[in-house]
Amino acid sequence: MIPRHLFIGVVVLLVAVLGMSIYAWHMRGRVAAIPAQPAADTRALVPTFTGPTERATLFVAFDEDGSLRPRSAQISLPSGRQQRAEELLSALLTIYLDKTSPHTLSPGADVRSVFLVDPGVAVIDLNSAFADGHRSGVLVEDLTVTSLIHTLSANIPGILKVKILVDGKERETLAGHADLTGFYDVTAVNQLSTQLQPVQ
Amino acid sequence: MRWNNLRSTWWKSGASAPRKASKIGTGFCPGGRILRPQQIFQRPAISLIISAPILLAAILLPAAAPDKHLSVYSTAANYSLPVVQRDRRDYVGLLEVLEPLGKVTAKFDGQRWRLRYNNRVEGDFFVGKTRVRVQGHDAELPARFLLENDRGLVPVSSLASLLPRFLGGPVTVHEDSDRLFIGSIATHFTASLAGDNPPKLVFHFTTPVNPMVSTEPGALRMTFNREPLVAPALPTLTFGSKVIPSATYAETNGGAAITVSSPVPLIASFSADGRTATISPTSPASAQTVVAPPTPPAPASSSVAGGPSPVSHRYFAVIDASHGGDDRGETLSPTLFEKDVTIALARSLRQELESRGITVLDLRDSDATLSLDQRAYLTNTNRAAVYIALHATAGGHGVRVYTALMPYGGDDRGPFHSWTTSQQAHLSLSQSAAADIVNEFQKRQIPVRALTAPLRPLNNVTTAALAVEVAPQGSDLMQLTAPDYQQLVTSAVATAIAADRDRLGAPQ
Repeated sequence: MIPRHLFIGVVVLLVAVLGMSIYAWHMRGRVAAIPAQPAADTRALVPTFTGPTERATLFVAFDEDGSLRPRSAQISLPSGRQQRAEELLSALLTIYLDKTSPHTLSPGADVRSVFLVDPGVAVIDLNSAFADGHRSGVLVEDLTVTSLIHTLSANIPGILKVKILVDGKERETLAGHADLTGFYDVTAVNQLSTQLQPVQ
Repeated sequence: MRWNNLRSTWWKSGASAPRKASKIGTGFCPGGRILRPQQIFQRPAISLIISAPILLAAILLPAAAPDKHLSVYSTAANYSLPVVQRDRRDYVGLLEVLEPLGKVTAKFDGQRWRLRYNNRVEGDFFVGKTRVRVQGHDAELPARFLLENDRGLVPVSSLASLLPRFLGGPVTVHEDSDRLFIGSIATHFTASLAGDNPPKLVFHFTTPVNPMVSTEPGALRMTFNREPLVAPALPTLTFGSKVIPSATYAETNGGAAITVSSPVPLIASFSADGRTATISPTSPASAQTVVAPPTPPAPASSSVAGGPSPVSHRYFAVIDASHGGDDRGETLSPTLFEKDVTIALARSLRQELESRGITVLDLRDSDATLSLDQRAYLTNTNRAAVYIALHATAGGHGVRVYTALMPYGGDDRGPFHSWTTSQQAHLSLSQSAAADIVNEFQKRQIPVRALTAPLRPLNNVTTAALAVEVAPQGSDLMQLTAPDYQQLVTSAVATAIAADRDRLGAPQ
């Protein structure tokens, strides 16, 4: 004869198991009904501002011969200096994130924001995907830094020095070589840009 | 070794020794009767029981593995320390490592073992923990710290990162062979074949050496137990000669050896200053010649040789194999990192410079981590005439020679110069040295570019400073590891530096 308390205990447990099974089945159905999350957006950035376009000069890096070449582009540029700076770098990154990029950056690389602080200070804040996924090497990092800074200084007058941050914080190097601890001297970078022009 | 130790302990017991011997000489029989020594050996069973362990010990003790020891080379002293195995790792007493180098004290307060070096640097070690604190900065040991009989034991592999914190200079550990180099103490060598009939192999050493020379069929071996000899760019050197085809460098248990292979018997002779060894085939008449190198004189000072220089530099050139340790640099292939190529390039460049009579301080000769500030500090304090950082890359072709892209501003205050713009006063000298190197590459038809780069520590160095980034000439990445390509690059750099010696060495 099964003791009464044991019988009641087994029944309670069976009911609990049945109840949890029904609940789990119900939850599975709900999860299946939720649409799948889209994959991380790795598309190239496009300038966000729409309006009258202006001609700007972007300085584009070419890994093939390790050169920096000016490229004219019609870009929609807002009137504010800071917004203009952000749009210029967005346009530059659009080139680098394209499939046919002459100087590939990692997917997800982005300029989070650009701050212009008087007198003559620009701060470029890159996202971590930009730095973490950047190829390592003296020249390849040299090209990226020069491209960003020279594109800014050529289109926005008055910038004397540039600081590059990653995710809002100071970082030692871009990818093991290019120093990010100090302020870049725009005059020196422009001279480097001349050195990096393709040999005729 | 152990037998010798036992014997020496016995002799040290002095007056009590005979008494002990007398005890050993007596024994007990099963019946409890005391036996005299001669009676013991009259009974075969007892004598077998006594003699078997002695015989076994006599056979096994000499065959046991030799005790491991760590050879330490420094400018202050060369010494050897016992290495103990704990948790399948090699450990060494930290106090014993530092003791010959300066004043060391240690005390244990029940929780931490505090080590004080030269009344200047303090380190706290915690028993059973991997965390240590030196001068207020935390560091991690690769294995836990041990305290045995008040001896603080640290893993041998931790010395490369731990000792620079106490000594303030670079330290190189050859972990596989238990050799520790403090500062730029290493003795380098070059080997070249001279003469055709018969050919002679000439070794040039950067400091006097006194190796033990032994011969065996097909080889002559020079064993360096006291000299801080280090490997050439490649462990096996080939000479394209049938008489002396190759020489091999190897390190084992605190020493180094060069083995010269040859189908004919060889002899070694040494120059009076102990810096040159000549290996040549022996004639039948001279086959019995006793080979013994002369005792070298005291080491010469490391001033620049091969021509007077306006300024005496302890080291004329500083070579910096960039990256190292946790910083692998560029991943050139899944199995090849930039830090490994830069070491090979540095060794090759060192050989090339030294063969031109230029003294060299090599900042990194192992997989050690050195911060950029440490690299600049070591260069500046040694007052070298030129600093050369070496980089390697898979991108592009040929060689790039960089000088510093100076950062904005700098906050010089009177005699104090800003750390970030220390290079400013020396930039034109750096640029002219870079231009000379570029010319040399062009002469050799190696693709080359001269650029500036925001590359630390170039901007922190207070002498001519440049970086050389080497890429393969074609698409074959493995060219970066090819000794002939490395030598092609480094010999061009060395030639340009040697030609520029007077200008670089002039007071600035």
